[in-house]
Amino acid sequence: MNYTEKVMDHFLHPRNVGKIDNPNAVAEVGNAQCGDIIKLFLRINPEGIIEDISFETFGCGAAIATSSMTTEMVKGKHIDEALLVTRDVVAEELGGLPASKMHCSNLASEALHKAIHEYKAKYNLH
Amino acid sequence: MTHRIYFDNSATTPVRKEVVDEIMPFLTELGGNPSSRHYEGRVVRTAVEAARAKVAAAINADPSEIYFNSCASEGNNTVLRGYMMGLGRNAKKNHIITTAVEHPSIFNTAAALEKEGFEITYLPVDGKGNLNLDDLRNAIKENTGLISTMFVNNEIGNIYPVEEIGKIAHEHNILFHVDAVQAVGKIHVDVKKIGCDFLTVSAHKFYGLKGVGALFVKRGRVLKNLLTGGHQEKGKRPGTENVVGIIGMGKAIELAVAELDDEAKRVAALRDRLEKRVLEEIPFTRVVGDPSHRVPTLSNISFRFVEGEGILLKLDTEGIAVSTGSACSSSDLKASHVITALNGDPEEAHSSIRFSLGKYSTVEDVDYTVETLKNTISLLRSFSPIYDEFVNANKH
Repeated sequence: MNYTEKVMDHFLHPRNVGKIDNPNAVAEVGNAQCGDIIKLFLRINPEGIIEDISFETFGCGAAIATSSMTTEMVKGKHIDEALLVTRDVVAEELGGLPASKMHCSNLASEALHKAIHEYKAKYNLH
Repeated sequence: MTHRIYFDNSATTPVRKEVVDEIMPFLTELGGNPSSRHYEGRVVRTAVEAARAKVAAAINADPSEIYFNSCASEGNNTVLRGYMMGLGRNAKKNHIITTAVEHPSIFNTAAALEKEGFEITYLPVDGKGNLNLDDLRNAIKENTGLISTMFVNNEIGNIYPVEEIGKIAHEHNILFHVDAVQAVGKIHVDVKKIGCDFLTVSAHKFYGLKGVGALFVKRGRVLKNLLTGGHQEKGKRPGTENVVGIIGMGKAIELAVAELDDEAKRVAALRDRLEKRVLEEIPFTRVVGDPSHRVPTLSNISFRFVEGEGILLKLDTEGIAVSTGSACSSSDLKASHVITALNGDPEEAHSSIRFSLGKYSTVEDVDYTVETLKNTISLLRSFSPIYDEFVNANKH
């Protein structure tokens, strides 16, 4: 169950870490008991474009790498396009994940969906 | 490969050079079967029996009480399953007492026996990982037939009071098994002092080869075989002997015991330096286990707000090998049952790192590891949401 080179690259050099200024959509998923918590910060402009995005993650190598990859994949995209990013898409983009990591440590796309849905609800964008 | 720092000696140790030299002739020239009556066989038989004598001497047993096998898991299975099978139908003594912090080869075997109708009591541990002997006394019942405890815990390094447990067992005519896998070579192991009936040993924990172990069975005690087959090991463990493994084990245990006192002092000083520096120089760290009842080689430390597998991977890329109780590094995704048993806190298990030093560890290794850890922990905390939350909550 070794990690791919791409997973290790994102783990060792995570993109978009920390907190961005003035996020207008934030979502957290996971819990410390299962060992993974992922928090995403998004700034979405009035046209629905994700101008900026960042993450904070408590978790294993896969959790950090999937968080990093998710932010990289959706930065600059429209939120409806971003919703097409699922855990399978993230895993595929990383060249695969060990089977045991597919669910518990691949939660960043869930956080993304949660943040976008909450943003849409807030601004009545359906 | 560049210089690596190996702080995972509780998982396994490298084979030491003296062992390689000892077994080399048996890999190249002396290839006989120890059961054969000809010269080629007799030479090998002599070496196997010399190794048996060395293993026996190392734990103060008689050579006739040593049975070579393939590993500690086999030894532990042989005791639990062999005990069960030996009872036969209508078994009266079908209650076994063990602890909540055993190695999986006891833990999961006990669980398998439970499915066969056995009753198992798992003694709890306190916040430091220690047993309360009153819990043991209270757990003993009319039908208790076997007590099985480890001598040294593999994850936190605690030393358990096996001599006292042995006394209690025999006051009640209960058989006593000790899993001494993590003890041999680190502290003195004496089967007569312990007063045990069975004791498990594994060679690769003290610079011998993987794939060979030994089970001490006190004279007069009988366990049913797991395997049926030939006459090897007095018919108790059929199968052609792992000749090189056994000969290497004899050499390794002889050296480990001879060097024990000096080496324990040396390694303890290194371990203490590592632990002291980490606790002083990295905030929100804590020792897991009981520093006053511990083997000299091991330190288990929890790094709050960060996850163990992340630390392990990062250290690995910096040339340092450690292990973690975090679920994320195990394939079954369960947090360590040992560390969770201490305080019921899976979060601590997720954040714990085991450093297990050995005979090749140096002070330079320790200092490099501390410096690397300082960077690693502060980096991982810099984007940990629970650290962020903690810092914000404590700002006001």
